[in-house]
Amino acid sequence: MDSIFAQATATGRAGVSVIRLSGAQAFDIARIFCNLPQVGLTGLRAVRGRDGALIDQALVLCFEQGASFTGERVVEFQVHGGLATVAKLLSELSEQEGCRLAEPGEFTRRALENGQLDLNQVEALSDLIDAETESQRQQAIRVLDGRFGDAGEMWRGKLLRAAALLEASIDFSDEEIPDDLSVEVISLVEETRASIAAILERSMMASKIRTGFTVAIIGAPNVGKSTLFNAIVGRQAAITSDVAGTTRDVIECRVDLQGLAVSFLDTAGLRESEDEIENLGISRAYEMAAAADVRVFLVEEVGEPLPIALRDEDIVRLNKGDERSSDVGTVSGKNGEGVSELLSLIAERLMVKTPQDVVAIRERQITGLRAAESFLGRVLELIQADPLPFELASQELYFALSELDFVFGRIDIESVLDEIFSSFCLGK
Amino acid sequence: MKHFDVVVVGGGHAGCEALHAACRYGLNAALVTLDKNKVGVMSCNPAIGGLGKGHLVREIDALDGVMGTAADLSGIQFRLLNRSKGPAVQGPRTQSDRQLYLQAIQALLAQQDYTLIEGEAAALMSNAGSVTGVRLADGSEVHARSVILTAGTFMRGTIHIGDKRVSAGRMGEKAADELSLQMESLGAVFGRLKTGTPPRLNGDTIDWSQLELQPADCDPVMLSFLSKGPAVQQVSCGITHTNSHTHDIIRQNIGKSAMYGGHIEGVGPRYCPSIEDKITRFADKSSHQVFLEPEGLTTNCVYPNGISTSLPDDVQEAYVRSIQGLENVEIQQPGYAIEYDFLNPQGLSSDLESNLMGGLFLAGQINGTTGYEEAAAQGLVAAIGVAKRLKGVCPITFDRSTSYIGVMIDDLTTRGATEPYRMFTSRAEFRLKLRADNADQRLTEQGHTSGLVSGQRYGVYQEKVKRLDQCRSLLSSMSVSPNQARQVGIDLGLDGRRRNGHELLSIPGVTIANLADLTPRLVEFDTESLDQVAREALYVTYIERQGRDIEALARDLSVKIPNGFHYAGVAGLSSEMIAKLSAARPASLGAAKNIEGVTPAALTAVLVSIKSQSLKNTG
Repeated sequence: MDSIFAQATATGRAGVSVIRLSGAQAFDIARIFCNLPQVGLTGLRAVRGRDGALIDQALVLCFEQGASFTGERVVEFQVHGGLATVAKLLSELSEQEGCRLAEPGEFTRRALENGQLDLNQVEALSDLIDAETESQRQQAIRVLDGRFGDAGEMWRGKLLRAAALLEASIDFSDEEIPDDLSVEVISLVEETRASIAAILERSMMASKIRTGFTVAIIGAPNVGKSTLFNAIVGRQAAITSDVAGTTRDVIECRVDLQGLAVSFLDTAGLRESEDEIENLGISRAYEMAAAADVRVFLVEEVGEPLPIALRDEDIVRLNKGDERSSDVGTVSGKNGEGVSELLSLIAERLMVKTPQDVVAIRERQITGLRAAESFLGRVLELIQADPLPFELASQELYFALSELDFVFGRIDIESVLDEIFSSFCLGK
Repeated sequence: MKHFDVVVVGGGHAGCEALHAACRYGLNAALVTLDKNKVGVMSCNPAIGGLGKGHLVREIDALDGVMGTAADLSGIQFRLLNRSKGPAVQGPRTQSDRQLYLQAIQALLAQQDYTLIEGEAAALMSNAGSVTGVRLADGSEVHARSVILTAGTFMRGTIHIGDKRVSAGRMGEKAADELSLQMESLGAVFGRLKTGTPPRLNGDTIDWSQLELQPADCDPVMLSFLSKGPAVQQVSCGITHTNSHTHDIIRQNIGKSAMYGGHIEGVGPRYCPSIEDKITRFADKSSHQVFLEPEGLTTNCVYPNGISTSLPDDVQEAYVRSIQGLENVEIQQPGYAIEYDFLNPQGLSSDLESNLMGGLFLAGQINGTTGYEEAAAQGLVAAIGVAKRLKGVCPITFDRSTSYIGVMIDDLTTRGATEPYRMFTSRAEFRLKLRADNADQRLTEQGHTSGLVSGQRYGVYQEKVKRLDQCRSLLSSMSVSPNQARQVGIDLGLDGRRRNGHELLSIPGVTIANLADLTPRLVEFDTESLDQVAREALYVTYIERQGRDIEALARDLSVKIPNGFHYAGVAGLSSEMIAKLSAARPASLGAAKNIEGVTPAALTAVLVSIKSQSLKNTG
């Protein structure tokens, strides 16, 4: 197979650019340009073209087969990031026999083929590369280091065992099979279902880490919502004026708030209006407010009635703090007073909602897990019926397994049979 | 010089079924066998049917095969396995009188017109890549346009007892070594498999009074759709157990076992282990069950099911006599292990035609299977393949969602065999639909169209289907309110919805008897029809859901793959798959699936990629 190379860092001017070379011949090819440091050590090397001219002084790292990202031998050149330097090294590499520029995703694909990553990890990796914030990065890392896969392995192991017990009761009923296998099946299925349910619950929240949380700013017209919004997002995104009803639709802006992706929503002031367009904006504002994770209510007076019911995580602030003497619970978009305290509080409230454990993050994963959970519920119902309808319980279990197949890959009947034959002494 | 349409090599279960089917198709057929008296012999345990296997026999029977009829004529202990479990996993089984079974098969064959040739097939003859017949060991040639090879355990068969090894196809019968060598010269690559058999006991020397007895069912279920009841007297089996003394004897002598002494390379079946295996692999078990099965009504020979072995004769005698009831038993024939050649079945078409040469069909143990039923079913499939090839008959479709035969053929041809392959109900993912009771409704119509099913059977089948249809439409015409249902003891919420008979039957606990109180005309129907509609109702929701899954799969397969689709950009696709798909450029996922070697995982990856791209385009 060809060795492949590509610039691993983003193209464009940068302090340092990394060029990665992967393949069985990677070490041999790299030696054409410089001496290689020992595997696992970094070496500063003068990298020279075939004509002997210096290309750059680069940090060079070597990874042995099986111990690299792709699973193949890998050499990384960390060169100074000038466009010309990178271009020169790439062109030198491309002239080597059996060496070519990697196709998009080819490094990852080789990692997948060489068993360095599973499908979920590949997805997590693409999330990681796209991660905008620290939380997104951490979450992708949790999938990438295989903890999600570990959970899946555990479920599959338990359900495989449960299927084997049911099938043994069916296909080997005239042999010496213990009678009380259903007790073990119940506990295996119950544990798996509970574990899936827990992950699903966490995942609901975790999906926010990928897609971002929303925080809506709500209040009566002309209370200063847009001014606060602009102060938060740090630019004049919403048009502000003293005329009530200026914000007619919902304006959204995404910020990185202490590592969380948060969309702030500036909503139309909530009031009765004659203006049809404004009314459309107001009803949108109600909808968005209902769906937001945290709402910041901006009010004129302490204790004034709020347009929608307050939830625990919501925050109420007195407006236009710059015009008031009291600084308790006030905020001013105009001079920035109280804005950073408000942001800290919002971040704190959102953090509580952020799971720190393994989660399923892709829609593909969540859909599969949800269906599996419900089939497992049916298995439990059936298995406690009398007489036990073995073939139906087993069928529901296969429905559950086929949903998990979708997430983790397939369990086939051969693995069920393997489990049966290693557990029971069969054969008349 | 003899010319035939087809020559069947081997007179075991695969060969007999193939020969009979070829005759039903009106083909000019010959049977080559080493010993005409052994045609139809049961080489191992004297039983037909069981879980998964009983399903196969019913499917063979639905296509007018001989196995079910012969089993019913010779059955001396009919038992429906899993009687207390759901109907989909019940399997009819019988023990047979060995002699009566063989006689029944030979009598059924005698009604057909074929040529019997006694001899050893020593070489396949071919011309331009197609088979032209077989050459016998005596040099004579049998010319045929097709050959069905059903060699069983005879190809380079080697029997092991302790450290003794003998070349034999069965105890006392010559092996077929020349044919293996000749086929190797044609490029065949054989693997080795192993199976074992227990010592045969003299029943007169067993103390039956000490033993638990297992009687036949009082309500026997037959293997053939055409049989009404057992033909001969029913007998009981004895049940006894090995004990720690038995296990000690075997452990002390384990090195003398052919299998543990390193004399055997072939792979044996895990579900049919020798007693040596049982004691070694499950060392914590202090006792194993042994069934003492009478081999017939007129013989005193008993088959001790559960203790097959390859230990030396004297050790066999010692351990057998340590078992309760067998203290003074006399061994009539020692147990042995037998190794034989098989060919990887991945080299077969779905008609079981070999890739070695055109017109050569393989069936039975040569394809890596074990069991009479598995072999017979393959013999039938091979004969259908021959008829299709020579006469262009309408073929019969065997697929995973319509028959156990389809499951087996698909498993063999796509996955191959690494140990002797046996049928289980768990291999059939659509087993709720593939029941023993509806095998005829799944296959007989097709069999008749193809020319394989006689007018007599077809007539019986049509009658049955007519009764069933009438019964079903009576149930459909019922309209029962929850109140009415409650009056006959059906526990139903008062939801105001009227239900028909099928819907009522699908409620757990509701029986035909409940319905008969509402619709007295139901009692006019025979039990068989009523039982069947009840079974259908039990599974209908599951079968519908599986049906939707099949449809979803079919829908996915109809997904178009865009022109110039970039396979290399699909995450999770191996370079081998990328190469195959890029070269073939299939227009749809279904076309991609038909490319040899393309895996389901690869199809899923491509599907996901297509779907996500179309989402991007619309989103």
